[in-house]
Amino acid sequence: YDRAITVFSPDGHLFQVEYAQEAVQKGSTVVGIRGTDIVVLGVEKKSVAKLQDERTVRKICALDDHVCMAFAGLTADARVVISRARVECQSHKLTVEDPVTVEYITRFIATLKQKYTQSNGRRPFGISALIAGFDDDGIPRLYQTDPSGTYHAWKANAIGRSAKTVQEFLEKNYTEDAIANDSEAIKLAIRALLEVVQSGGKNIELAIIRRNQPLKMFSAKEIELQVNETGKEKEEAEKKKSKKTA
Amino acid sequence: MALQDVCKWQAPDTREASPHLPQAGGWAVPQGWDPQTFLQIHGPRLAHGTTTLAFRFRHGVIAAADTRSSCGDYVACPASRKVIPVHRHLLGTTSGTSADCVTWYRVLRRELRLRELREGQLPSVAGAARLLSVMMSRYRGLDLCVATALCGWDRSGPALFYVYSDGTCLQGDIFSVGSGSPYAYGVLDGGYRYDMSTQEAYALARRAVAHATHRDAYSGGSVDLFHVRERPGPEQEREEEATPDRA
Repeated sequence: YDRAITVFSPDGHLFQVEYAQEAVQKGSTVVGIRGTDIVVLGVEKKSVAKLQDERTVRKICALDDHVCMAFAGLTADARVVISRARVECQSHKLTVEDPVTVEYITRFIATLKQKYTQSNGRRPFGISALIAGFDDDGIPRLYQTDPSGTYHAWKANAIGRSAKTVQEFLEKNYTEDAIANDSEAIKLAIRALLEVVQSGGKNIELAIIRRNQPLKMFSAKEIELQVNETGKEKEEAEKKKSKKTA
Repeated sequence: MALQDVCKWQAPDTREASPHLPQAGGWAVPQGWDPQTFLQIHGPRLAHGTTTLAFRFRHGVIAAADTRSSCGDYVACPASRKVIPVHRHLLGTTSGTSADCVTWYRVLRRELRLRELREGQLPSVAGAARLLSVMMSRYRGLDLCVATALCGWDRSGPALFYVYSDGTCLQGDIFSVGSGSPYAYGVLDGGYRYDMSTQEAYALARRAVAHATHRDAYSGGSVDLFHVRERPGPEQEREEEATPDRA
């Protein structure tokens, strides 16, 4: 194990890291939206085989009471990263007597990913993660990490398959009005996902995290409700448009 | 990495204590003896004896101490400093062995400064107290004697922790440490209120130390008074010839 796998190419690329980013783009879409009092994480559910219990496939996980993450890419790699992050959240509480800040745990995950791009016999993690939560000061935060180990804060972002389409949608539609209250932010997440998800609400998984409240996963019924409402609003908006033009 | 292995270099774990500290269990004692007994009988006689106190109230945390450093039967230094600034928002009163206190506070200062740079925010008083107690608990049984009260103002308001070298870490409103502490506790318990004014708090602290120095042989000299406020930078003043009030 004394041979490095991730080495520089003559023109300065780390190809293994770039290939890992390709692996991320094969994963199902994840969208994250930071509102004023809420952070919404939406995920495209991959269709499961008939005999598979679909509850065992979870792309959104809590790391601690006040911070959660969703990932796109290799599920097995994500399991390892999530496990390490959960342990770190508790170790931090033990040594520093305070829960982690969202930035701290993001930095930890990013540092972990970077270590694997610079170690013997190891390949980079093939996941990008969206990490969401609230700090002590009550401000909502959303961060994104990628296989190279960089991390940035975002107001809204998407990763995985068709992320570009969703990102363009968000750039056009993420306005002050769109995140004016919690339900508007949730609807924006659904609309963003519906741009790229086939066959509507059955293939969406949604979770929210609010100040001083743990992660809340939406049940299938709740998601259906939200999707129907969003659909109605869309129809009404189109009717108004056609009235104007007619 | 290959180069790392060839040079036999290990990246330091940034969260562990400095590798330059002595290893735990580093006393070499003759065969058959356990370190604690050996030190008790043959170990060096170290300086002890003091009165320090700290209490928290609405307007911050007050720390006060005498200034006599005694060594057995004589006064080694009549003007020593027992309240040590640890960080912009943190102060510690020291009691026990002066040498141990000063060393551990230097180590604590280093670790807290690194933590501040890493996290981009001032470390909490609870975190600092936990760090100190964990660092010292590795040397339990080796006659370390550090009894300190860490005072500071962090995000949760004025905070006060008592840390002892066996690993005790307690949160509280009033602590007094040292040979003169029973006398100081008497005065403090009689006059303490959380809603005191700043002037009342100063007067209470001075009176407590003065009474302790009056009766305890190992305490004396002047009174050092410190006040940790909300904005960083505690204030201090030193008074000459503390005399107890006749009340």
